[in-house]
Amino acid sequence: MNSPHLKMPSFSHSVRDEAAGSKVFPTKPASLITSGSGNSMDQLFRGALLLSAVSVLAIVVLIVSQLYLQSRLSIHQFGWSFFKGQNWDPVAGDFGALPFIFGTLVSSMLALAIAVPLGVGVAIFMNEMCPRPLRNVFSYLVELLAAIPSVIYGLWGIFVLVPLMRQFIEPFLAKHFGWTGLFTGPMYGIGMLPASVILAIMIVPFISSITREVMLAVPSPQREAALALGATRWEMLRIGVLRNARVGIMGGIVLALGRALGETMAVTMLIGNRAEIAKSLFAPGYTMASVIANEFSEATENLYLSALVEIGLALFLVTVIVNIFAQGLIWSITRGNTARSH
Amino acid sequence: MIRRFITLFCLAAIATAASAQTKLNGAGATFPYPMYSKWFSEYHNQHSDVEINYQSIGSGGGIRQVLAGTVDFGASDGPMTDAQLADAKTKIYHIPTVLGAVVPAYNIPGAKGEIKFTPATLAGIFLGRITSWNDAALAKDNPGMNLPNVPIVVVHRSDGSGTTYVFTDYLSKVSSDWQSGPGKGTSVKWPLGLGAKGNEGVAGMIRQMEGSIGYIELIYAEQNKIAFGTVKNAAGQFVKASLGSTTAAAASAKMPSDYRVSITNAPGKDSYPIASFTWLLIPAHNADANKQKIIVDFLNWMVTEGQKMTSQLTYAPLPAEVAAKVKATIAQLK
Repeated sequence: MNSPHLKMPSFSHSVRDEAAGSKVFPTKPASLITSGSGNSMDQLFRGALLLSAVSVLAIVVLIVSQLYLQSRLSIHQFGWSFFKGQNWDPVAGDFGALPFIFGTLVSSMLALAIAVPLGVGVAIFMNEMCPRPLRNVFSYLVELLAAIPSVIYGLWGIFVLVPLMRQFIEPFLAKHFGWTGLFTGPMYGIGMLPASVILAIMIVPFISSITREVMLAVPSPQREAALALGATRWEMLRIGVLRNARVGIMGGIVLALGRALGETMAVTMLIGNRAEIAKSLFAPGYTMASVIANEFSEATENLYLSALVEIGLALFLVTVIVNIFAQGLIWSITRGNTARSH
Repeated sequence: MIRRFITLFCLAAIATAASAQTKLNGAGATFPYPMYSKWFSEYHNQHSDVEINYQSIGSGGGIRQVLAGTVDFGASDGPMTDAQLADAKTKIYHIPTVLGAVVPAYNIPGAKGEIKFTPATLAGIFLGRITSWNDAALAKDNPGMNLPNVPIVVVHRSDGSGTTYVFTDYLSKVSSDWQSGPGKGTSVKWPLGLGAKGNEGVAGMIRQMEGSIGYIELIYAEQNKIAFGTVKNAAGQFVKASLGSTTAAAASAKMPSDYRVSITNAPGKDSYPIASFTWLLIPAHNADANKQKIIVDFLNWMVTEGQKMTSQLTYAPLPAEVAAKVKATIAQLK
């Protein structure tokens, strides 16, 4: 038992020997060159990687098929009108998903509109202007935002953001931008706008972290060239850095959008949970993720349950469509520019 | 030293083997969860060989699980429908355990004392017909009360819940417009208002928003010192929700043999009108006879000893006559 080479029999050796019914332990020292173990390990590794890749595909297929199977009742009952219907009445058994799709898209887009300038601005500041000792502190704080659980955001929203919205921000918006029709109606402090603001805060770290990394990857000769041509600091950033980094920044935005579309807890605490399509951002709304989280546990009727699962299917489809759209956008922006981005 | 460890280990092993525990699994309603969890732990203290796990996944989940047979018993704040009972493989008994009441809680700047609500004003507010606190209908019922000209903000539950079921069941009984409109259910299509998650969400929103009104569990309102109004009952009396008036409502209601009864708008001058039983859902047969024996024993303990613990957790106990009737029903389970 104590001969040195027995301590490391190769896996393939043991298996082969066992299979052949001969001695369990190899008598010769295992060697990469002579035994061919490297080759079989490669095969094994290849198999393992293939398995991981296939498992991702399998999970997606399983999710979609399960969502479809569970929502067949509702699909059969409502057909395409499910996606166009505006009525959500569990008592009458009439279900339409449009207010939820609308709420999900509007809150996510509004969140992006707030978070993209903020996130990119934070990244530029940290990379280009922030004094070095402060940089780590800033970077730590921004990343901390990503680690806060969403229920904490929700609570903060209820106790801090909502009163702030009701007393200051919404009256201000109503007074100066009320003519747009987006900022009218009763000011609850709860509704589409605060939900979007909280979403924006939640996705800023995604955008800023990725933007920072991408900006760091831009070769410094690009900056130097811009400066050498007499560019100001802003021009250097715009032409030399941001222009080259935009593919990566878009990637960060798509990631952030994914998070915004699926975010549930913080949104449901602030959006007002009302299945209605309103023009005003002060009005309460509802998102697909929220209605599933809210109503699933108490849904007893089969059709009701099935409709909730179909909302899940709709959320999946919306996510896929939005991602395809975003990929298309990236492609159209970067067309012919890929060589310059690296 | 080692020998001692081995001895200890063996002893421990024997001890575990000897106390081969019977584990019962239940799932369902969230409203009675604190009470059930107290009962189950107390019962476990008295019968160390029995462990009852209860997951408060919601009444809907409880009904689904008991129909699927994945739990030994379910629990629900609303009775199962005839269609659901027809789906069941075995007969399912509804065993009432405790009572809950739902109160109209509000935040009105400058208002002192309790506001009196009638069925008409409550339905009017939640239908969106009464939109300001100084509405004539409210003023008529509350003479001498300084109700301000503040718009009413309706807050309701966004999550499906037994509380919503009880409240909408009440509104459906007292208002034909409500019945033909939103109707009753654990989630309904509210004509107006903001949705908040859980009793705590509704209470939090009421506290923050001037002019708001919502409905929450009595226990929650009392524990958190939230102002709530009295409601005019079927006998024409304005009654404040309390454990006493809730039990009174249960006592005055006519009890059917399967206990699937709604006690909202109950007769009797002491009855609080927005109250409800909560039920355990017990299948008539359990594949494991021993488990069924334990369930029966637990239920017998629950309607006698268990009822004495209800008031410390501010749940209303079953009226004596209902408890006696339940005991007779439990005997059928064997």
